Amino acid sequence: MLLLPSIAFLALLILVPMVQALLLSVQAEGGELTLEHFRRMSSDVAFSDAFRNTLVLLILIVPLQIALALVMALIVHSRIKGHAWFLYVYAIPLAISDLAAGILWLAIFTERGYLNTVLQGVGVLETPHTWLAYTDFATLLAAIVIAESWRATALVLVILIAGLQLIPRDYFEAADLFGASRLRRTIHVVLPLLRPSLQSALIIRTIFAFQTFAVVFALAGRNMPVLYGEAYNWYSLNRNPNVAAAYAVVLLTLTIGCTIVYLRVLHVGRAETTR
Amino acid sequence: MHDRVTRPILCALAVAALITGACSTTGTPTTGPSGSGAAAAGKPFVFASTQFTPVEEQERMRTKILAGFNAAQVDFITEAENDSISRITAEAKVGGQGQVGLLGYENGQFGTLATAGYLSDISSLLGKYTDRKIPQDMVTLGKLGTSTQLYIPWMQATYFLAINKKALPYKPDGVDENALTYDQLIAWGKNIKDKTGLARIGLPAGPNSLLHRLLQGFLYPSYTGGLVTTYKSADAVTMWGKVKELWAVSHPQSTTYAFMQEPLQSEEVWIGFDHVARLINVLKAKPNDFIAVPAPAGPKGRYYMSVVVGLAIPKTTPNRAGAEALIDYLLKPDTQVTTLRENSFFPVVDVKLPSDLDKGLQLEANAVAKQATAKDAKVVPLPVGLGAKGGDFNKALVDTFQRIVIKGENIQTVLNEQGVLLQKAVSDANAPCWGPDGTSSGPCQVK
Repeated sequence: MLLLPSIAFLALLILVPMVQALLLSVQAEGGELTLEHFRRMSSDVAFSDAFRNTLVLLILIVPLQIALALVMALIVHSRIKGHAWFLYVYAIPLAISDLAAGILWLAIFTERGYLNTVLQGVGVLETPHTWLAYTDFATLLAAIVIAESWRATALVLVILIAGLQLIPRDYFEAADLFGASRLRRTIHVVLPLLRPSLQSALIIRTIFAFQTFAVVFALAGRNMPVLYGEAYNWYSLNRNPNVAAAYAVVLLTLTIGCTIVYLRVLHVGRAETTR
Repeated sequence: MHDRVTRPILCALAVAALITGACSTTGTPTTGPSGSGAAAAGKPFVFASTQFTPVEEQERMRTKILAGFNAAQVDFITEAENDSISRITAEAKVGGQGQVGLLGYENGQFGTLATAGYLSDISSLLGKYTDRKIPQDMVTLGKLGTSTQLYIPWMQATYFLAINKKALPYKPDGVDENALTYDQLIAWGKNIKDKTGLARIGLPAGPNSLLHRLLQGFLYPSYTGGLVTTYKSADAVTMWGKVKELWAVSHPQSTTYAFMQEPLQSEEVWIGFDHVARLINVLKAKPNDFIAVPAPAGPKGRYYMSVVVGLAIPKTTPNRAGAEALIDYLLKPDTQVTTLRENSFFPVVDVKLPSDLDKGLQLEANAVAKQATAKDAKVVPLPVGLGAKGGDFNKALVDTFQRIVIKGENIQTVLNEQGVLLQKAVSDANAPCWGPDGTSSGPCQVK
């Protein structure tokens, strides 16, 4: 009974648009069912690239961010001098919108940007290097991974810090009592107990990685199509909501698939999640 | 518990309020009287346009450009093309008088309303403007392929090249920058690249760029003399070969550029090809560092796309006399100059531009004039009659560019495959040929 308002809320703002998107993706102009929009999507020049790029970004960004966030969380949690300061600095990107972050990194990587100015200033480069050229996919990809990691690692960090703070002090004291080194303590005590938080962080971060768009849009333009960006292009530039919806359905399927895999692989017992 | 129950309801209410708020602002006129005249004659009416979408431009339209119009009370509003067409269609279906008295659309946007017969015949007005010398091809465009005048040209825009003076020392010998050809532009870019090691020509090929217009209005007709009817011709294959050469000397970051004024301002690019409104900021900011020159010519001539914005009176106008008076006011030389000063759209009437014009605008005005009066100049309109299929049409062309130039696929294979999509867009819209493709009885055929 008490759940009713939240169910109504979810239904109104999530379930209804989801069903609408599904319908849009399979309905022809006359209202009859069709797979034409999916055919159009899969035969589109950008589709296979977008699919590949989205997965490549996901595979590169998610593990990197989880590792980085874990190190950062341990630094903050270690209560070393100035740990609170670290937290504030790490959290800054959380306050910046995706596109603003993309434009910020564009100002760094573009040919007349800060990076080239600094490199030329210290004498590493004689003429400016074009980091964001369509001809050099690896550098372009690296620039996007750096920018995206900067932007979204803090999100994972916040979840992990919350998880760390839930671990009772007794465990650490016990580990100390048995003479465990800091590394052993991290591997044998912290990581296993952090698993529920890691799982949430992984799921949330993966979902967001599928939605990577604005940073890629700003840095790579048309060079690196991603699924989410193609949905946007089809809706706003090509004025075709049906194909855009087909992309949305693909993303939805991928997201649900990944979430199920995570839940199975990292299977966190009920006892752990409710601890 | 109280909180858990009320919060979602409050959220839902807030969302509902936002939605209704948004609807009500798009559906009704947003300003008070723009003409200061208290002695307004006739009914107040709405002047609806698809132009001046930025808020500052709308504000300048209401407070500066329309300031001297006193014949009736006018509410200027900007609407998206589809919304505006739906509104006029609805008003026409209801019959009688509607709210909208005058329309200001791009040439290609009038098609749907003209075909449906919702626009008034304003041929009788033309006689009044012979002394204002509106170019005849532009006046003819206003017939929209019929025998009656359905709109009168109001203002225009086009595309040209903005060139940083730093590029001039690298100009190949014997080249007149005011009469460039595409071959010379490529040679110029190659020269810069060979001597400085940097590609300094910039093409707007990023998302939200107007690359499709450069293909539709400049490259295709200049090389093939057409667009749809020559899409996969031998001339088109030659053209794409040239585009690849041009791309090879263009900045490799071009695929991220939407507005060329930005890379021109940072000097990442020295030679930029774009729409007047996407170059004006850099020319206003650094008028002494730049020159502005006409678009290059190809083997078939110096084709350039002219964005003509016209004024039409819907049959449901609540104040026909007021709408006619407003057309007259907007076509006055003084108003045309004010429109240029405030919102960077160029006059269609013969007018001497004042000497105190902003230097950047002066550069643009000179380039536009040189382009229009060049010996080999031929004007191309925006695509006509594509309506909602315009997106598919543009995408077919941009994807052609993507596959041939960026991915290096075989030119003829790509043209054959993309030609099918281009044909589908034209056939779905049932659009007859336009502009350089001539005329056709059924949908224009890709050849």
